[in-house]
Amino acid sequence: MSACALRVFVQRAAVTRKAAHQTFSQTTAFPRRGTGSYTHGRGINTLTNSLRAEEKVTVHFLNRDGKRITGKALTGESLLDVVVNNDLDIDGFGACEGTLACSTCHLIFEEAVYKKLGAVSDEEMDMLDLAYGLSDTSRLGCQVCLRKDLDGMILRVPDVISDARVDSEKESSTAPPKV
Amino acid sequence: EWSLCVCVCVCGPGVRGLSSSSGPRVCIVGGGPAGFYTAQQLLKNTAVDIYERLPVPFGLVRFGVAPDHPEVKNVINTFTQTGQHERCSFHGNVNVGKDVTIDELRQAYHAVVLSYGAEGNRSMGIPGEGLPGVFSAKDFVGWYNGLPSNKELHPDLSFETAVILGQGNVALDVARILLAPVEMLKETDITQNALEALAGSKVRRVLIVGRRGPLQIACTIKELREMVNLPNTRADMLPADFEGIAEALKDLPRPRKRLTELMMKAVKEGGDDKAEKCWGFRFFRSPVEVLAGADGKRATGIRLALNKLEGSGESARAEVTGQLEDVDCGLIISSIGYKSIPIDPAVPFDPRRAIVPNEMGRVQDTAGLYCSGWVKRGPTGVIATTMNDSFDTARVLIQDMEAGKLDLSVNKPGAQAITALLQTRGVRAVLFSQWEKINAAEEKRGKSLGKAREKLLDVDEMLKIAWS
Repeated sequence: MSACALRVFVQRAAVTRKAAHQTFSQTTAFPRRGTGSYTHGRGINTLTNSLRAEEKVTVHFLNRDGKRITGKALTGESLLDVVVNNDLDIDGFGACEGTLACSTCHLIFEEAVYKKLGAVSDEEMDMLDLAYGLSDTSRLGCQVCLRKDLDGMILRVPDVISDARVDSEKESSTAPPKV
Repeated sequence: EWSLCVCVCVCGPGVRGLSSSSGPRVCIVGGGPAGFYTAQQLLKNTAVDIYERLPVPFGLVRFGVAPDHPEVKNVINTFTQTGQHERCSFHGNVNVGKDVTIDELRQAYHAVVLSYGAEGNRSMGIPGEGLPGVFSAKDFVGWYNGLPSNKELHPDLSFETAVILGQGNVALDVARILLAPVEMLKETDITQNALEALAGSKVRRVLIVGRRGPLQIACTIKELREMVNLPNTRADMLPADFEGIAEALKDLPRPRKRLTELMMKAVKEGGDDKAEKCWGFRFFRSPVEVLAGADGKRATGIRLALNKLEGSGESARAEVTGQLEDVDCGLIISSIGYKSIPIDPAVPFDPRRAIVPNEMGRVQDTAGLYCSGWVKRGPTGVIATTMNDSFDTARVLIQDMEAGKLDLSVNKPGAQAITALLQTRGVRAVLFSQWEKINAAEEKRGKSLGKAREKLLDVDEMLKIAWS
């Protein structure tokens, strides 16, 4: 781990600092400066612990009730993994278990973050098209994998259609033919 | 760090405080997605019993979702967790309305939720509809999905052309199953007899007919894409049906736009001319009569009335022009909607809309009676739609409990009383752990055939295994 990366790591948001503390609590003598010194006497566990902390990403969800809930995950995991592994209380999230057969993991991103994400496949777009409250910065959580540069992002959990009397344009493809 | 070990009551706080010593008890009629999702939410606050007519749970997830869509059935995993929950008790093989009445359930429980879906079928209401060769999509789908009451369907697949009325996802499922290469189906949970019938099928051309135009089509893009990508098939559309559509594209919302663009692409490109099979939409056509051959014994064609469109978008209406068109075909499948039926004279029912009249899931004029799923909203929408709807009903019910609208001070006997009652009537339930025996047997049978499962088609066989 380079000194630069280490400094960047230490300077991260308070949330991740908490994670760092939890990981480094057994290694209070861990050197903060200089390269190479970390190899002295600490062994592979310290290295893998610090690597694991480096790969941890924190994600915030603005839930339907207005409350913010937070989950942590490793880079490479999907946003569905975050919700499931952290047991976040988002009703009905991920019904098809990440197989692109539903749109219940629909999430809305901040525009700047959305632009950083990769291209959307046709298969994802097909299911996203059925999501209530579809926006220009919508994605299916099961298809978005975490990266370090997405750490700390805030996602909005969109409302789901609840009132059958609401005539949603988005539901038009599943609306019955008029009798 | 030491942490205090706290014994946490798993029920929600508010309702627990109000209830009698045995706790609130709710029962749900119907073991399909609506039933299970409603149960899932209710279990946070109350004990839940689910009554289901068949020995097996899961309703349309088992009997409706196409065999080549196994991912859609992943919801069974969460339903299984619900079924195994210590406060949830599944009772299969119980026919509510016949073996036990709604009033008897209401006496035994603090609240009853009707989630029994739509087992009936909208009829076309045209002459010849009852002729051999004409099926409802509900029955055809039930046949390839192993619904016991459809096991003797024996559809005759020896005709070249099949016509499907309706253009929703169910219609596309039927078309796809009719034309898919057998290799695509042989490892799924499609029933063996359907697989064999399809392997010997002579059906080569499927027309999917709708009353209105391309911009009103009810199917969704995933299913359309599957048709477009079907191996060894080509699309056979009428360019005339698409007049004016290209110009309308730019004003459409994204989902409708992408769906229409894909359709236009299929019109333009068609597909491999050498393909043995073809499928196509036919728009602006309504069925008016099923035609029989000279002997009048079976369907040999269908007479369609040509329509014109008044208005645009979702609210566009089909108006008759007076013109007619006859199509030769030997298989006619009507896919114009499922329909709920009344379960018990004690329950209000709206015959025009074919639903149980309700306000946000509270059954009209009947305290302590609720509904969720298709019997509440009508038979449309995907599993997630039913999921959200079921969560809503559950929330309303819990609200009513917390607001004192249901008398929780009275002790209710729940399943104990109902089981005893059923016993006097010679009815025995199948418990969830017993369904799991049926499940294991089906998976085992499937394995020997190289399939995900081989469903049991016979209720008596199911019961034998369940109670073994």
